[in-house]
Amino acid sequence: MRVLLHVWRQAGPGATGRLVDYEAADISPDMSFLEMLDVVNDRLTVKGEEPIAFDHDCREGICGSCGMMINGAAHGPMKLTTACQLHMRSFKDGDEIWIEPWRAKAFPVIKDLVVDRGAFDRIIQAGGFVSAPTGSAQDGNAIPIPKQNADQAMDAAACIGCGACVAACPNASASLFTAAKITHLGQLPQGQPERMKRALAMVHQMDLETFGGCTLFGECQEACPKGISIDTIAQMHRDYMLATAIRREESAIGGTG
Amino acid sequence: MERAGLLKFWDSSVGKKVVMGATGLILVAFVILHMAGNLQFFAGAERFNAYSHLLQVDLIEATWILRLTLLVAVVLHITAAYQLTMRNRAARPADYVKREPQVSTYAARTLRWGGVYLLLFIPYHLMHFTIGNLHPAFARGQAYGNVVIGFENVWIGIFYLGAMAFLALHLYHGTWAMFRTLGVARPSNDPLHRRLALALAIIVPAGFSLLPLSVMLGLVR
Ligand code: HEM
Ligand code: FES
Repeated sequence: MRVLLHVWRQAGPGATGRLVDYEAADISPDMSFLEMLDVVNDRLTVKGEEPIAFDHDCREGICGSCGMMINGAAHGPMKLTTACQLHMRSFKDGDEIWIEPWRAKAFPVIKDLVVDRGAFDRIIQAGGFVSAPTGSAQDGNAIPIPKQNADQAMDAAACIGCGACVAACPNASASLFTAAKITHLGQLPQGQPERMKRALAMVHQMDLETFGGCTLFGECQEACPKGISIDTIAQMHRDYMLATAIRREESAIGGTG
Repeated sequence: MERAGLLKFWDSSVGKKVVMGATGLILVAFVILHMAGNLQFFAGAERFNAYSHLLQVDLIEATWILRLTLLVAVVLHITAAYQLTMRNRAARPADYVKREPQVSTYAARTLRWGGVYLLLFIPYHLMHFTIGNLHPAFARGQAYGNVVIGFENVWIGIFYLGAMAFLALHLYHGTWAMFRTLGVARPSNDPLHRRLALALAIIVPAGFSLLPLSVMLGLVR
């Protein structure tokens, strides 16, 4: 098959970018989207042109590197799918395809389609540690966890930090990401000791990184390749409100240190 | 310097949104009661004027408490809306050449412009029927007649109907969103689904609209 690409090309962080047209001929419908870009890049290299820079690592939908806006949708037209797991059979022969990097102030473009998602790392860092006993491994069933909590925690923990939620959100909000992280630890007994501190710190960091706020458009949930629900955002709000209400300064007057 | 509890809450995007949701809840409760009260218009002049007398004279202290509550709610709601909108704009300085909304509703995407319309509408409405300085023939205590005369100008009726259209959109998104914002919505397998919000978005603006419509169509005079 043959497709016409409009790809965002930008030489470096400060540089002005623009959409450049490329014709991709002789593409197999069984190629993944990234393999199609590989083929385009091979041909560009042979011609002596700069290949299109894009992020990728696992190519099996679990690392979250391969973010890009494809035809105006984060990770392209297929639900619950990363760009690396999208296949060219999702397109028709002769289709035009627009490819742009994630757009957010907090995700500066490094080159072409590659953005710096360090803001996500800093939100996770702000969340701090969980007080889990290490050393001798505990019996797996020692701490009972209601099935629904375990399910919700696991669903939230499926987040791969790809940034599609931010990219798809009209406000460039990182609420779904932050809420997923807050929910995944907050639903588990092991996450309780630092639960309130964590909610305050992660929301604070999310704001410092200049992400927008949540209007509950719902676009993030639709774009999320792992199907994380906006219910997590309700949980983030709950934890944040509760934490604001009951937060205390640290003190050790009781003498226990 | 580290800000103390409540100020920090207000500084945060989550805190501002919670304030929007909480004040929105107050405003939703108010528009439901206001609409229900207005329907007494169709019980005739005597009944409607008596209702107005009740609020304006007999229960005027309670009315003032309600007015102050609403004023505080509206000011907080608008301040938070404005500040969040500015932050949200700033969060994406360079926009996409192509972005296709997938699931966001028309109601959600027009919330801000609808808010601006309501912002113009509310002071006008107060000066029209409550204070009366923008009313052609305002007579204190004659609420029924004031409404009839007030809507004889078709353009004013249309301006009111426009406000109700935006109120419908605002309620369709807002009453669904506020339960999530306030963290009280139960987890759901289809969180985008809304029933209560749809019902309110139809019933409340429709109830309000009956007044201008009945006058404009000449059914009430
Ligand atoms: C006075 C003019 C008004 C303005 C400027 C305004 C503006 C807004 C804006 C911009 C939002 C969305 C904020 C965001 O998340 O980005 C919003 C949400 C909302 N508004 Fe209003 N609004 C107004 C009046 C009203 C009225 C009269 C009601 C009651 C019927 C109302 C109820 C709500 C509710 C319930 C929400 C949802 C809050 C949430 O998402 O949790 N608003 N408003
Ligand atoms: S490359 Fe790892 S998720 Fe796509």
